[in-house]
Amino acid sequence: MKKTNLYNYILELADNCLIAGQRLGELCGHGPSLETDIACTNISLDLFGQTRSYFQYAADIKGEDATEDSIAFLRFEREYKNVLLVEQPNRDFAYTLARQYLFDVYHLLLLEKLQFSQDLTLSAIAKKSIKEVSYHVRFTGDWIKRLGDGTEESHAKMQEAIDGLWTYTNELFEVTEEAKTLAEEGIAVDVSTLKKTYYEKVTALLTEATLTIPESKYFQKGGKAGIHTEHMGYLLADMQYMQRAYPNMKW
Amino acid sequence: MSDAQLKNLEEIFEQRIANDEKIEPKDWMPEKYRKTHIRQISQHAHSEIVGMLPEGNWITRAPSLRRKVALLAKVQDEAGHGLYLYSACETLGISRDELYEQLHSGKAKYSSIFNYPTVTWADMGAIGWLVDGAAIINQVPLCNTSYGPYARAMIRVCKEESFHQRQGFEIMMTLCNGTEAQKQMAQDALNRWWWPSLMMLGPVDAESVHTEQSMKWKLKRKTNDELRQQFIDQTVPQADILGLTVPDPDLKWNEETGHYDFGEINWDEFWQVVKGHGPCNKERMNARVGAWEKGTWVRDAAMAYAEKQQNKKENPAKAV
Repeated sequence: MKKTNLYNYILELADNCLIAGQRLGELCGHGPSLETDIACTNISLDLFGQTRSYFQYAADIKGEDATEDSIAFLRFEREYKNVLLVEQPNRDFAYTLARQYLFDVYHLLLLEKLQFSQDLTLSAIAKKSIKEVSYHVRFTGDWIKRLGDGTEESHAKMQEAIDGLWTYTNELFEVTEEAKTLAEEGIAVDVSTLKKTYYEKVTALLTEATLTIPESKYFQKGGKAGIHTEHMGYLLADMQYMQRAYPNMKW
Repeated sequence: MSDAQLKNLEEIFEQRIANDEKIEPKDWMPEKYRKTHIRQISQHAHSEIVGMLPEGNWITRAPSLRRKVALLAKVQDEAGHGLYLYSACETLGISRDELYEQLHSGKAKYSSIFNYPTVTWADMGAIGWLVDGAAIINQVPLCNTSYGPYARAMIRVCKEESFHQRQGFEIMMTLCNGTEAQKQMAQDALNRWWWPSLMMLGPVDAESVHTEQSMKWKLKRKTNDELRQQFIDQTVPQADILGLTVPDPDLKWNEETGHYDFGEINWDEFWQVVKGHGPCNKERMNARVGAWEKGTWVRDAAMAYAEKQQNKKENPAKAV
């Protein structure tokens, strides 16, 4: 395959959307209110829409018989490149929103840079996605404030979620080899440059939400290299079930 | 108000309905009209919300990205329908919390069909094709019903439902044009959903308690049996196009009547499910009540936060 770096980089971008969308999709019909249910489903739909744009592009690059679905459903766990953050389960609504918020802030910063990519397809996907993700970050940010500065119970739950997920934030800014090479060509975003702004933004919002910024200096990583948490296998077992049980069929 | 005055109001009210005028929330209406509408609109809203569950069961396992997106969007539309219908119901002087309470306590009903399990992917096709198909037949006449907010909600609901129905048929079509395993999956889904879909149009006319009054208020324009016949007449040719067999050995085209004759419906099963003993009644209720109870702290937090923000606005000095 030509453009292996680009192909892998697209997966790195798209797998975050795919897995975050899958996690939110689990909650459809089970939200704490109809309005939040609809909003979370909306975010999930946006993320799957972005996933499809990326994977269609990746399938073109890969050639052979690759399709958006073969890329989405027929890889092994070690081949998924999403960060550990987005695969974390929906323990409760605070976890779900905290996970999504911590990803959304990063996602928007990334897309704001990616829209200037020399790769015109990536640039176009980024431009379209910015509008959607600006809404995501506003929605989840507002809920972090509501839950952080709501009741004692909600504050405790949100603090627990932030404390639990904080360890996965640093991986967002790890630069893979592919991304490094492509960043030099003006195609990829050097995500390490987003780190400072990210923590400033997150710190400001968490502080406004009366939450405490975790002090831990210990972080987990591995997703970008395909080494996932134990939750990932179950997520994939669900997601891939039909494609694995009934191979080579059209749906 | 004297009896004579009341009678006069009622006469004017009935005349307005007869003239096809819309009744709006602030208009005078008989208490029975209000109660009947709360019952029917809320039952409809609850059906949308409970109806999210059997299809939601396949979101994480949808077989392609395109199908996953379409299914998510469909289930989200159902949430949207629930939202407008609850809002329409609220205009009759009842709160959404009270309506939920009626659902959760079992006092309010929802469409029994959602108490059947979705066991294969083909059920997503069958539900769209048959269940949404039957729902449309029930609902299209409601776009002209007498109560304004309900009629307007139904116009939007029906547009989306007919899209869902086509989407369901298209899932079935894809399966029927697929491999042997896919065709079997489609036939099996039709076998399981056919009879419950016929039951969905309600008990036979002789046993339907609300029909007469509902006809007068245009909450109903055809009887259950007429609607059922319409559904069968419309759906059997579609099954033929798919190459599937409707699981009714007595089904036969009747030249004389210009309709299909069909076999006897198992009403014992219908009443068993209505009374709460279907395959998934308990699961559906547990899921709804569970989501509501697990969401209490979230809703409380949102209220507390809104109050704090309001206080800050009113007393900026204290809010430091």
